[in-house]
Amino acid sequence: MPDLEGWIETCAVDDIDEEDVIRFDYGDRTFALYRTEDSEYYATDGYCTHEKFHLADGLVMGNTIECPKHNGRFDYTTGEAKRAPVCVRLQTYPVKIQAGKLFVKIG
Amino acid sequence: MSTDTNKRDYRLTGPESKIALEKGLVAAEWYISLVPRKRLKELMKRRNGPAIRDTILWFCALAGTGFLACWTWGTWWAIPAFALYGIVYSSPADSRWHECGHGTAFKTPWMNEVVYQIASFMSLRPATPWRWSHTRHHTDTIIVGRDPEIVAPRPPVWRIILMDFFRLYGGPKDIRRMIMHCFGKLDEEEREYIPRSEFSKACWESRVYVLLFIGIISWCIVTKSFLPAMLIGLPSFYGAFLVLVFGMTQHLGLNEDVLDHRLNTRTIYMNPIFRFLYWNMNYHIEHHMFPMIPYHALPALHEEMKDDCPPPCRSLWSAIKEVVTALVRQGKDPTYTIERTLPATARPYGFGNDDKTTGGVTYAGS
Ligand code: FES
Repeated sequence: MPDLEGWIETCAVDDIDEEDVIRFDYGDRTFALYRTEDSEYYATDGYCTHEKFHLADGLVMGNTIECPKHNGRFDYTTGEAKRAPVCVRLQTYPVKIQAGKLFVKIG
Repeated sequence: MSTDTNKRDYRLTGPESKIALEKGLVAAEWYISLVPRKRLKELMKRRNGPAIRDTILWFCALAGTGFLACWTWGTWWAIPAFALYGIVYSSPADSRWHECGHGTAFKTPWMNEVVYQIASFMSLRPATPWRWSHTRHHTDTIIVGRDPEIVAPRPPVWRIILMDFFRLYGGPKDIRRMIMHCFGKLDEEEREYIPRSEFSKACWESRVYVLLFIGIISWCIVTKSFLPAMLIGLPSFYGAFLVLVFGMTQHLGLNEDVLDHRLNTRTIYMNPIFRFLYWNMNYHIEHHMFPMIPYHALPALHEEMKDDCPPPCRSLWSAIKEVVTALVRQGKDPTYTIERTLPATARPYGFGNDDKTTGGVTYAGS
């Protein structure tokens, strides 16, 4: 359950490798959680905006996530679509870390 | 589902498109072999080195064979010289177009884009329309009515196959589309897979291509010689032989309308020269299952996946024999499909529908 401000606990910060992404499902929603090389954290919708494929199976390069299906790219820190066939921006979500856990504000 | 005749309708604008949708074959979930994420991440890693080396080699080979071709111009030796130049021009142009279109050849995005644009022109594949056509090919691989890149229907049309050894069917089709783009029009099929937001880009690219062609023709007129066109433009036709041979081995003879690339795609072992020309796309099951793996890592990916895949063809020649035999049989029986047994270590095929022989398709008379 999200708290009153809409935050939900997702995973331990170390569950995500540096410069990598994992999938997090919540109810019928799916998210992608990212950790940069400098251990900054970000969260976006889990599905690519081009077709319904999990971005968590893709490749993180710097601030970019490459979709595993057609190699479309997003800047996961802003959601900006960076490379065709991706044309629509990706929804991003605020994150915070508390007691070694990563929280995402989905509300 | 049954069709009225022995022939299915491969047009993207025909009834098969809707049928594929109803059968759950459109933008569906495909079978994926289990490769540990850690290993996949290693394999997905982008590098500039291999593609820079191969691009330099390619341009050096072009310069060398081009010089030879010019030097022999006017003699009978020009025939083998231009045949060689045409192959060095067309085959790598096609494979570089393909790999740079995926954005995986180089680590640096602009390098992919520059080589993509050059290779698109050289292979006479307008950059934006073909980017989207290929995207659809990856979404709905060999799904009839959805995939614009099915090389031959069932039964095969031999006239088209034979014409395309010199790009005489596909080439004029692309030129006709380019001319339409110059007037701001896209044909009906293209509108199926190119988003509206990309229309004007496609049109502007075609105008540039047409200008370049006009430039080459003018150069021929001024010099009163075919030589300029033999060096730029015409090799897309007379050098296309190997492009078609490679292309025919990718999916022909295998299943249509299935959701497992092990059933509709072929991996082949090839010699290093062919692998250089083709940029390792002989590992085609691997490429389709994991399109984010760069060409230079496909042999390593093959090692990870081979226990989950049907045995590869042992050579290009054995693949071509297999394909031609299948096409001949499909001429009489369009339901004929090559069946390949999986090794004991593999997970079962995921047909994605109930009929395990024809992809759920019923042909009249079958
Ligand atoms: S599904 Fe992500 S780029 Fe196509």
